[in-house]
Amino acid sequence: MSGLEVTTGWYLTLGAMLFLIGGTGLLVRRNPLIMLMCVELMLNGVNLSFIAFADRFGDVHGHTVVLFVLVVAAAEVVVGLGLVVAVLRASPRATADDLSALKG
Amino acid sequence: MVEVVVFAVAGAACLVGAVGVVLSRNPVHAALMLVMTLFGVAVLFVALQAHFIAAVQVIVYAGAIVVLFLFVIMLLGVDRAAELSLGALPAQRWTAAAFGLGGAAVLVWLVAAVDRIFKGAHSYELESAGVVETDAVATSYATDVSAIARSLFSDYVYAFELTSLLLIVAVIGTVILARRSYGADGGRAGQHGDESAPAESGATPQEARQ
Repeated sequence: MSGLEVTTGWYLTLGAMLFLIGGTGLLVRRNPLIMLMCVELMLNGVNLSFIAFADRFGDVHGHTVVLFVLVVAAAEVVVGLGLVVAVLRASPRATADDLSALKG
Repeated sequence: MVEVVVFAVAGAACLVGAVGVVLSRNPVHAALMLVMTLFGVAVLFVALQAHFIAAVQVIVYAGAIVVLFLFVIMLLGVDRAAELSLGALPAQRWTAAAFGLGGAAVLVWLVAAVDRIFKGAHSYELESAGVVETDAVATSYATDVSAIARSLFSDYVYAFELTSLLLIVAVIGTVILARRSYGADGGRAGQHGDESAPAESGATPQEARQ
């Protein structure tokens, strides 16, 4: 056995790092488009963890869950971008902070 | 050894792309950095024997979602540099700092715990220990399309049908969002909306169903 071997922990660590970077970006950035991209980053980190666990435990159900996550991500992006288009068409320089104007 | 090299290169691409998404001033650059991360994750899927998921990842994410992002960026004309300074919300800044630092601490703990729990790369000794029960053979398991389809249409068939419902709701919601005219300038927005809405709502369902 060589000293260096790619284990499940490496993939889990990378997935957690993707999740953290995406979550931090979601909290830091104010452009709604980039916030949506950060949500995609978080979903990809979780997907990587699912596939790593599927490979580790020899269970194909992890792949199925990732397919569902992909579908939900596609629907989320469609609706989210529809909302962004509707908001930014009314006020082109709006940031996420300006959306507090939606309060009643 | 080649596995280590593949993991290092793809993982570095993932991390550089992720940091680039967060730090890009231009939304177009952020979208392209997102493509880099998605391709890195697809390569890692291949390394994890998930070939079908890797193909779907490239087709759906890079082929549909990022194209949709770029489409909206170009449609709105927001492809300009934005300032990266944080807003006037100190609570948000503290929340972000707490999330990042707390998450990093959890990550360090996770690495230590995972090395202890998942010792060994491809051993399935947890099966014999009763932690997991699989009828797979010891060193490989079926990850081809037929295996995924068998689980998708037997164990997860209700969730699958709900997924189709979700897609229909998303499509209808997007059409309604894109066709309504908002605000005081209803005439101008409505004119623009009638022009741009069918193109977008016509593109989204096809891309979402890929």
